[in-house]
Amino acid sequence: MTLAEEVRGPGPPGADAPVLAVTDLAVSFPSEAGRVDAVRGLSYEVARGEVLGIVGESGSGKSVSSLAVMGLLPPQARVSGSIRFRDRELIGLSDAELSRIRGRRIAMVFQDPFSALTPIYPVGDQVAEALLIHNRRALSKRAAAARAVELLDLVGIPNAGARARSFPHELSGGMRQRAVIAMGIANDPDLIIADEPTTALDVTVQTQVFEVLTTAREVTGAAVLVITHDLGVIAGIAERVMVMYAGRAVEIGGVEEIYARPRMPYTLGLLGSVPRPDAGEKRPLVPIEGQPPSLVDLPPGCPFAPRCPLALPACRAAEPELASVDGDARHRAACVRSGELAGTGPRAAEVFGAPPIVTPALARLPRARRRVVLRVTDLVKHFPVTTGTVLRRRVGTLHAVDGVSFDVREGETLGLVGESGCGKTTTLLEILNLRAPSAGSVEILGRDVATLDRRSRFALRRDLQVVFQDPIAALDPRLPIGDVVAEPLRVHGAGSQEIRRRVPELLTLVGLRPGQASCYPAELSGGQRQRVGIARALALRPQVLVLDEPVSALDVSIQAGVINLLDGLKAELDLSYLFVAHDLAVVRHIADRVAVMYLGTIVEIGEAGSVFTAAQHPYTQALLSAIPIPDPARERRRRRILLEGDLPDPANPPAGCRFRTRCPKFATLDRRQRDRCVQEEPRLTRRGALPDHEAACHYAEARDVL
Amino acid sequence: MASVEPTADLLDPAGPVEAAARPGAILSRRWLVLRRFLRNRPALLGLVAIVLLYAAAFLGPLISPWDYQTSDYTAFLAAPSARHWFGTDQIGHDVFAQTMRGLQKSLTIGLLVGVISTSVAAVVGATAGYLGGWVDRVLMWGVDMLLVIPSFLILAIASPAFRGRSWLLFVVLLAAFSWMIMARIVRGMTMSLRRREFVVAARFMGAPAWRVIFQHILPQMASLLIIDATLTVGGAVLAETGLSYFGFGVQPPDVSLGTLIRDGSTASLTTPWLFVFAGGLLVLAVLSVNLVGEGLRDALDPNARRARRRSPTDTAAVGSAR
Repeated sequence: MTLAEEVRGPGPPGADAPVLAVTDLAVSFPSEAGRVDAVRGLSYEVARGEVLGIVGESGSGKSVSSLAVMGLLPPQARVSGSIRFRDRELIGLSDAELSRIRGRRIAMVFQDPFSALTPIYPVGDQVAEALLIHNRRALSKRAAAARAVELLDLVGIPNAGARARSFPHELSGGMRQRAVIAMGIANDPDLIIADEPTTALDVTVQTQVFEVLTTAREVTGAAVLVITHDLGVIAGIAERVMVMYAGRAVEIGGVEEIYARPRMPYTLGLLGSVPRPDAGEKRPLVPIEGQPPSLVDLPPGCPFAPRCPLALPACRAAEPELASVDGDARHRAACVRSGELAGTGPRAAEVFGAPPIVTPALARLPRARRRVVLRVTDLVKHFPVTTGTVLRRRVGTLHAVDGVSFDVREGETLGLVGESGCGKTTTLLEILNLRAPSAGSVEILGRDVATLDRRSRFALRRDLQVVFQDPIAALDPRLPIGDVVAEPLRVHGAGSQEIRRRVPELLTLVGLRPGQASCYPAELSGGQRQRVGIARALALRPQVLVLDEPVSALDVSIQAGVINLLDGLKAELDLSYLFVAHDLAVVRHIADRVAVMYLGTIVEIGEAGSVFTAAQHPYTQALLSAIPIPDPARERRRRRILLEGDLPDPANPPAGCRFRTRCPKFATLDRRQRDRCVQEEPRLTRRGALPDHEAACHYAEARDVL
Repeated sequence: MASVEPTADLLDPAGPVEAAARPGAILSRRWLVLRRFLRNRPALLGLVAIVLLYAAAFLGPLISPWDYQTSDYTAFLAAPSARHWFGTDQIGHDVFAQTMRGLQKSLTIGLLVGVISTSVAAVVGATAGYLGGWVDRVLMWGVDMLLVIPSFLILAIASPAFRGRSWLLFVVLLAAFSWMIMARIVRGMTMSLRRREFVVAARFMGAPAWRVIFQHILPQMASLLIIDATLTVGGAVLAETGLSYFGFGVQPPDVSLGTLIRDGSTASLTTPWLFVFAGGLLVLAVLSVNLVGEGLRDALDPNARRARRRSPTDTAAVGSAR
């Protein structure tokens, strides 16, 4: 029995009838202050085999609306309107009736594949369970287990028969998400809802998951609803896109049409706020000022009007309806000025007034003549792997960082990129610790940290500060932000008068109001909190700032503001950045030089433009080819380089070239060439036309993959 | 990321509202906490009650015609009356005078033991948890020692040495035997807080260990510590009676609330006045300390609604965050 032959529900509807038709959906939740209107009148349709992308920032109601379709909202939610799935109205059905539809006819793929799987059962059993629940009579246990293996194979889990017996924690994130998709398509659903399916995953894994999702759609012929905040992802996979803001659809239409000619200022701003990895020359990012509105007692008028640079008095009077644009029934936008935007095209920067790019004075000096502020030479960090609780035995060594060298010069930004587990965070911590590393050396402002005594180490901390990834975890929740910013000053012995002067100054510098100093972190939004983190790092006027994924936890429109701020500060204060990120598009935008890490070593390093346009190392090429580009036409033309398998165990890295086990290039080599990869570890050597571009591959070859 | 953002976005309106109320003024945590505490009515009530209890304990004997030591040979076991406000005991002592005398001691004992034992627990636990390594091992070894050795046995052996010394010594002894379990809990919590990014951030700015502990780690467990302190206050007052057997601290003819309750409760059905007043005052004292503790906890906790300024947007923000 194959998937295609499986019996399909109660008779297929007419070919053009939508699988899912949502009309005037409204969802509200009670709260202390009144009802939160999370979704306010949403209508859309998805046809068979169609992929509809729903984009929006957090709090826009995109997830709530899909939970409503699944009937998974908490009981206190009030839902009205209509959700028709094939020929059935879903609103008003009891939970038991919905359960018959859920999982069988509608599948859901959640954001976090780990919590979507039960940790104590093998994944094969969980897929089989999904089958058995809905066909208890028709299917024997053994048949279900066999089908489960078939499904796991279908979603690209290698050696599915053996992997079916693995527990979720034994699988990597990408494998887990595949298993979740396998469960989703087990019963040949008519609709697959994927809610941020790849947000928690690395970019190369993301590509794999979308590939699987596309396969799943082809096999089942289901309609797919992809919910995400990532405009690049949507450009690649969706046919139509719906942009949501404050609980409503503000624009809907074909993906090419919307990306090329957005007719709602919010969409325009959103598209302008995404850094483009394929941008030739640096262009300013568009920050959308302000915050999304609170959804309690929303004032009349367009909810975007307070943040909109094009707002007219009419915008504040009444909320515009979603109306078709230029008589095109497929493309609709909710804006009174959508007609005027017709010719604007992608000139978001002008409409939103993005700050111009400032080149730091230092950058004009040739690199070789600038001072080295941070030099890392052959840095090694090994962690012992031990077993036993009473008698600890060392059974191996985890090579977290294995011989990493780079330098950062005054006024430049080095982007350190790589997937999770490649050792980039360990490298950062080793630098920030200011202690002698296991092997190799770290030099800051010309001083080797191994030679520091207590006092000079403390003094050096002034010059090296850090901004963390998670703006919530990085701020003490019980400390008002004025104290947060003042803390480094107090630690380094500043007087109360200086503190009183500096704190408002620092808050203004990062774009906050001095009056906000007595707010607690919880009272600020994510973007504002990250600004507080930056203000704290700048308090001691450091020369080097280490940024550990500073924008990856922020919404796109907020992220643009923080990136612009970092860019501006660098020029204004002559800072040097070591910028760690997994988002290559952001790195492309902000970094002058890029270092790509794989399994504890740097595989390619060089000037950003040259690394991005003429990547030499096969891993860099794969990484770059996996970045989604928010341009549908371009995105469809690109060919992805898919990496096989998972990151090898860092406690037992492959001999020779570490990347050879997954290397697409290795596969094309002949026997003799392969031997070299297996036996000889490639060193970083100069490649390409530019003097500042090195790659660690025996058979490096430039390739533009963007 | 998507899971945290909505609260942040919805929460935001509260910020400007709080800040806009006093342009220019930047309040540090100390002032902010004080103001939030003062906004809390029940906590203030508790504070006033403690002050009044102290005032009564010291002023009461002055207005009462009776001394706690003198006996009224005309009234043995007399019920409360205009002459003896709280009645008298078996040998004609005025219960009011005795209760006030006991209150003086017991309030001080309770409050001091509560504060000392919780502080020791917090400092030892957080130091062990934060520094780890041999410091942790030595401190925890000490804690375990104190836990396994029966404290009353030690006291019984050591009591001859303490005989006749100040009763304040006994505050120290009581505190010394009541902090260990809390210290272990604090240590465990510190170990999980140590890895949090804001603690790491403080370390990377060069903050010394004591600063990180007092500024970042202990405030996070303020509610736990405050609850512990308030519970210890009540416990200490009663534990003191047990120690009185060993012959130090409050010795007859001197009295404390603890000894009054112990002696009076045997005849609670026939002559309830012997212990009802002492018991009632103890309950009142513990209740007041509880209210103050709760107020302090809310003032330190930025998410507590009661301490917030009451404006519509403010409650809106908190409501939607929950």
